[in-house]
Amino acid sequence: MATDMKAEAIKRAKVLMVGAGGIGCELLKTLALSGFQDIHIIDMDTIEVSNLNRQFLFRQSHVGQSKAKVARDAVLRFMPQINITPYHANVKDPDFNVDFFKQFNVVLNGLDNLDARRHVNRLCLAAEVPLVESGTTGFLGQVTVHIKGRTECYECQTKPTPKTYPVCTITSTPSKFVHCVVWAKDLLFAKLFGDKNQENDLFVRTGDGSDSAKPTDDPFTRGLDEDPEQYGRKIYDNVFGHNIEVALANEETWKNRRRPIPIFLRDVLQDKLTQQNGNFEKNCLNDDFSLTAMSSLGLANPQEVWTLAENSRVFLEALKLFFEKREKDIGNLTFDKDDQLAVEFVTAAANIRASSFGIPLHSLFDAKGIAGNIVHAVATTNAIIAGLIVIEAIKVLQDNFQNCRMTYCLEHPSRKMLLMPVEPFEANKSCYVCSETPLLLEVNTRTSTLWDFIDKIVKNKLGMSFPLIMQGTTLIFEGGDDLEEDVAANYALNLDKVLAELPAPVTSGTILTVEDLQQELSCHINVKHREEFDEEKEPEGMVLSGWTATEKVTEVVSNGQSTSGTIPVAAEAINVSKEVDQAAEMSGTKRKLSEISKRTDNLEALDANNSINPQEVEDNDDDDDMVMLDHIPESNKKKRLH
Amino acid sequence: MDGEELTAQQTALYDRQIRVWGVDAQKRLSKAHILVSGLNGISVEFCKNIVLAGVGSLTVMDDRLVTDDALQANFLIPRDDSLYGGRSLSELCCESLRDFNPMVRVSTEKGDLAQCGIEFIDKFDVIVVTCCSLKTKIVINEKCRKRTKRIAFYAIECRDSCGEIFVDLQNYTYAQKDSDGTAECHLSYPSFQEAISIPWQNLPRKVSKLYFAFRVIEKFEFSEGRIPGQLSSSDLPSILQLRKELCDAQSLNESHIPEELLERILVAGSKLYPPVCAILGGILGQEVIKAISGKGDPLKNFFYFDAADGKGVIEDISNPST
Repeated sequence: MATDMKAEAIKRAKVLMVGAGGIGCELLKTLALSGFQDIHIIDMDTIEVSNLNRQFLFRQSHVGQSKAKVARDAVLRFMPQINITPYHANVKDPDFNVDFFKQFNVVLNGLDNLDARRHVNRLCLAAEVPLVESGTTGFLGQVTVHIKGRTECYECQTKPTPKTYPVCTITSTPSKFVHCVVWAKDLLFAKLFGDKNQENDLFVRTGDGSDSAKPTDDPFTRGLDEDPEQYGRKIYDNVFGHNIEVALANEETWKNRRRPIPIFLRDVLQDKLTQQNGNFEKNCLNDDFSLTAMSSLGLANPQEVWTLAENSRVFLEALKLFFEKREKDIGNLTFDKDDQLAVEFVTAAANIRASSFGIPLHSLFDAKGIAGNIVHAVATTNAIIAGLIVIEAIKVLQDNFQNCRMTYCLEHPSRKMLLMPVEPFEANKSCYVCSETPLLLEVNTRTSTLWDFIDKIVKNKLGMSFPLIMQGTTLIFEGGDDLEEDVAANYALNLDKVLAELPAPVTSGTILTVEDLQQELSCHINVKHREEFDEEKEPEGMVLSGWTATEKVTEVVSNGQSTSGTIPVAAEAINVSKEVDQAAEMSGTKRKLSEISKRTDNLEALDANNSINPQEVEDNDDDDDMVMLDHIPESNKKKRLH
Repeated sequence: MDGEELTAQQTALYDRQIRVWGVDAQKRLSKAHILVSGLNGISVEFCKNIVLAGVGSLTVMDDRLVTDDALQANFLIPRDDSLYGGRSLSELCCESLRDFNPMVRVSTEKGDLAQCGIEFIDKFDVIVVTCCSLKTKIVINEKCRKRTKRIAFYAIECRDSCGEIFVDLQNYTYAQKDSDGTAECHLSYPSFQEAISIPWQNLPRKVSKLYFAFRVIEKFEFSEGRIPGQLSSSDLPSILQLRKELCDAQSLNESHIPEELLERILVAGSKLYPPVCAILGGILGQEVIKAISGKGDPLKNFFYFDAADGKGVIEDISNPST
């Protein structure tokens, strides 16, 4: 009987779950209820308070513990007879190699970031294990199935990359609140509390090219005995007052723009602000992350938009608290959305800057969402998506590949459907990950260094962790922890050399081979020399092309469901294929819907990758958060460009 | 919405979902009282979702004792006989649900909802029923409709890999948001009795075959006095006979209710398919959140999902005049 065969396939299966967060908790529960007996689960994260509204296997008392382990224990309580093997580890660890993946019948992803998704995709391709991939944002979600030789791989369609901003928009000409947040978080916060050796563009002015504004006497240097409050006032006047005055001097910049207003503390806070302070005792000091400036200033509601004066007080108070209570952290802080004081400081700084530039101010709640790239998440969507993952996984286990579907969970019905199944797409023949198509790199080989190439292309674009780079048969570079010291030192010597001056020069016409041994991925790159790059459009100074096959259509309709209009969802075209019994109704339509894969639940892992240059900061501002469905009369056949 | 602000604890816990539906919706949720009568795979999924979302209170009713059947697709009850001690399903489930969110009051109520007085019904804003007969559904639905305040009524059903949700929000007004702004939107829902009484030939052309199949099965169970799900493949001849009678009476071609679908449902009997429970419980959770918060388009008035084709479909089964 069919049901017995199904039960048998489930019982025999050994499955790997990657991610024990929002989708993961639901998935583990549903797998266990469905009769799965051997489940392995990898997650590097620990439990946070903001997970508890949907990650129902976790309790307040578990905060700080491993998600994978606590999830296992919770499920074993109602299903004690099954085997669950947890790994509190990063899926990118070398232990999880191709051989590790080969032991599983199917891999199920409940991940929160593009990087890990790409990594798992490659290992699944190399190990020839089917992958069921998923993602959710708010009420939207999707489940896709990727089987080598039968469907596209996860990377066959280009994924939307984070929106980037030109440096000068952030440093000199912000026009949106998100620009102010980026400035406050990645420049000011980093400059004050982060690694002093990091390059920081806080004072860079583009436009006239003179870059004359860099002060000779760095105001950020704090005197040995300088009072933190005095120091804070000095910083305030410098960055919100003096710097704006300097910028205003450059008339060219403001010809077609609204001129910012310099803000000095004396104009905002006439009274001596010390009388507002002095409530430190209220702060419970056993936990740095709960240290707060706003509550000692009588500001309780995170939804409220503070006035300029209130923001200024929070700014000074937060800065002072950092120096008085968390001095040990200073110099190695990076912005963390769970660090209350950091969020308060960034909110205040962004709002003061926004006041200067005539941009509407925002609440701490909204600013935190933008600064932390927080994706909204609810339990219901995760539960639905987890159910759909299990349905697909069971089809895969029964070799019922022709019935596999990718399914979209919509907020507004399309053709009466809230859950819309679509036939999986064919592999993209020019995908560099699952086919062997070479890529093309345009680069200025006389100015770009080997490190630029590794960082911007090999790591960021190709998503390789431990690359090996060859020019013909000559090994140029090898990454990894297990290199001999002298070998590593030898490679290090090459990193700062420009490509054309490497021992094995890379110039126009050179073919590079880039490999990642862990991912068992190898690809060829044809190099083409190019002199000039557009600073705004091609801020990386190099352009990689060759597999960007599917066109992207971005059109987002707001439905204003969210309180914050700040949720990033990049839209991508997908197609609806013919469905068997309602073919007439379905065919001839092409739909767009949000590409959700990159931004999903529990973003903790993503944040680590996110304290970066303004050019690489994600846009949270332009798009609203909802799916749009739009009919385009076009062939229902998936378009494939070669 | 005015009234007291959310506490810092609520704001921290609900941060991610407040970013979805806003503070006002969260405040409304925290004042809503939900009743669930009948605990099975779908309704426990729903209970979990709604407790996590932070409703004011949840009351569960189901006096049955633990059986293997009652345990399937239920993650609220540990598989350990020694813990049961004669306690009912609702008592056991209540204990786990409380754990999910200390800010929600979860309680149990004994008895049969169909027999409960109006004072009891009036305590709730939302009533969800499952594991009950056609008759019971109709009785409870009518009780809800007679109250002056609106009590949203939902009936859910899961058979094999197929599921059904029925929604009755009576007269419902909400703010519909689109690209042009906000428009006030009115929906008028028929009762369960009214909906299933609409002649089949008057229904839209492409109504899901699940709608008809569920009506045939439901009618069969009721006329035979069966507990919902108490079915087997030996019932197939009688079911096919009933299908013929109903189709003839309503001028519907029998091919709209495929035999293999009916057979699939009979063979499964009371067996639940956990992924479908998760999906239906998720959709229902979302709908209840919409109805309480007044945000988002609520579905009207049936929802179907079948794992066999993977479609989740909304059907509007109402007279244009209602």
